[in-house]
Amino acid sequence: MQSELTIVWIYPDLLSTYGDQGNVLVLEQRARARGVPARIHYVRSSDPVPQQGDIYLIGGGEDRPQILGAERLRKDGGLQMAVARGAALLAVCAGYQIMGSVFGGEEGQPVPGLELLDISSSRGERRAVGELAAEVDPALRLPTLTGFENHMGVTRLGPGVRALSRTIVGTGNGDGTEGCVAGKIVGTYLHGPALARNPALADLLLSWAIGPLPPMNDDWYQRLRDERLAAVLGEDASNPPEGSRR
Amino acid sequence: MSQLPLRAQLASALGRTAATLSRATGRGDGSVIGGRVGLMLEPDLLRKLASDRKLALVSATNGKTTTTRLIASALMELGEVATNAFGANMPAGHVSALSGAKHAPFAVLEVDEKYLPEVLDTTNAGIVTLMNLSRDQMDRAAEIWLLAQKWRRAFAGKPAHVIANCDDPLVTWGASTAARVTWVSGGQRWREDSWCCPECGGPLDRGGSREMGQQGSVHWACRECTFHRPEPDWILDGEDVIDPHGRRWRLDLQLPGEANRSNAAIALATVDAFGLDPARAIPRLRTVASVAGRYTTVERDGRAMRLLLAKNPAGWLEAFEVSDPRLPIILSINAQGPDGRDTSWLWDVDYRILRGRPVFVTGERRLDLALRLDVAGIPFQLCDSFDQAVATLPLGRIDVIANYTAFQQIRTEFGRAV
Repeated sequence: MQSELTIVWIYPDLLSTYGDQGNVLVLEQRARARGVPARIHYVRSSDPVPQQGDIYLIGGGEDRPQILGAERLRKDGGLQMAVARGAALLAVCAGYQIMGSVFGGEEGQPVPGLELLDISSSRGERRAVGELAAEVDPALRLPTLTGFENHMGVTRLGPGVRALSRTIVGTGNGDGTEGCVAGKIVGTYLHGPALARNPALADLLLSWAIGPLPPMNDDWYQRLRDERLAAVLGEDASNPPEGSRR
Repeated sequence: MSQLPLRAQLASALGRTAATLSRATGRGDGSVIGGRVGLMLEPDLLRKLASDRKLALVSATNGKTTTTRLIASALMELGEVATNAFGANMPAGHVSALSGAKHAPFAVLEVDEKYLPEVLDTTNAGIVTLMNLSRDQMDRAAEIWLLAQKWRRAFAGKPAHVIANCDDPLVTWGASTAARVTWVSGGQRWREDSWCCPECGGPLDRGGSREMGQQGSVHWACRECTFHRPEPDWILDGEDVIDPHGRRWRLDLQLPGEANRSNAAIALATVDAFGLDPARAIPRLRTVASVAGRYTTVERDGRAMRLLLAKNPAGWLEAFEVSDPRLPIILSINAQGPDGRDTSWLWDVDYRILRGRPVFVTGERRLDLALRLDVAGIPFQLCDSFDQAVATLPLGRIDVIANYTAFQQIRTEFGRAV
């Protein structure tokens, strides 16, 4: 296991509206619990994106900051270099859309993205707001995805990515899937502390960066997961068949 | 107000009857249902009720109810004041407030940020008071950059005199299309939504000269365009307010904390626009001790609990500032409609300030807060109910911070007498 972890939080000044700091804090805590200290780089949009990070995070935000963020990332090039080098990336909501070829601006106009993911997004008919639950692609061996979405985006997945999950409740990409995965990049509409509700996804990102992880005390994470999944899927969800959910 | 047409008079009267029924049957304080009935019968009722009065609208993310109360209290020095004291801050609540005081020559209305353009259009208010804009419950609140843009459109070409906090860049931008603006330096405690220039998106530089010793520097300017903090006419300087004539006024409020001193500073600038001097206004501000239960101390079984409301990250920062670090603290979190059903914002609050205090966590979404505190490394005790938390605590003083419906539930337990 690697001895130190560098987490790069991209543009908290533009894209951190929905508690996105939570993902940074969860990664830091879960790395530390495994004896790996984490350094966090908060990269403002006026500063260059460092290329040597292990895990990159980008969050959600309003239309205008999203467009500004995309422009600055395209010009900067640091994130593209880091991904090419094999760094892990979690892109959330507006940040998720930015990673594709195109997304919809304030008036629905197409805005070019970074083309790090083979997806394209546009504005949907109505806002998707609420709890989401989804079954993750079995190949990733992750328990049910749980979280909150709040967006107007519709995202089409190209052949270069796999859907992260199939929605049980909620809208996600808009076609029955939610999020996507390609290499070490995960994109999702679950905003804010998506990793607080999905610690196994946090561990997947950590393991991509620092190798296999020993187990840790997950008690508060699991209690919150159980409560939320029960609230969304009904009481029977709190007592799932063995192995279907952590 | 005696000029109200017959249909509007009838609508207003029936609305008041509905409000009385609502109160009599214990359904609520009646301020929303009364206004709804009135508006149904006469859609133009709000405009008619607002005409012929000197009216101020008060809007912000935080401090609306308190500032409205401060302004209304001060204006009573001049005569009767119509106001929506219960925080019913959409048009139905406004109708209800104005029909309840038909002959009041003055009115102060708290207005939901999203409704400000509509209510300004309808009422043609002469004065608009704006304090701050920050991230709120995002599943129902508008995006704040967009909101400020709508304010700009609403003020353009209207005669309204805007009183605005120039230490908040987004508020400054939202206000700056108004025909006339009085700028108040009220400080800005939450800055996480003001790193970028609202005009061009460039980085905002903070700092420059350290002004008046107030919580570091409040100055800001865009690095890339010309947008910068306007020179304030009124300045909050610690415990004092300095007026445009350079006179220094000691506030000595009963309401605690810097956020409330900031609310008082902007209230003084607002009532000045009504022609009321600080010398007459300040004694009135000092009479306000609690606002809709906020800052009230309630007693139970030998424990004195001070109730603080915090609905969003900026509100938590203000509550922490007021709270006494030597006392145990109960935190209660719900996620019902009025709270926002999304608890993500808990992750934007820095709870590390609670380290070393006994912390008790309750509310319908206590597990969300429990994990948040666990990740922050703050020891806490989880309690199934507010009562259980209280019973667990030793006798003496306790601070309580709750979000909206959690706060109302606690008030209800104490008979809403607070």
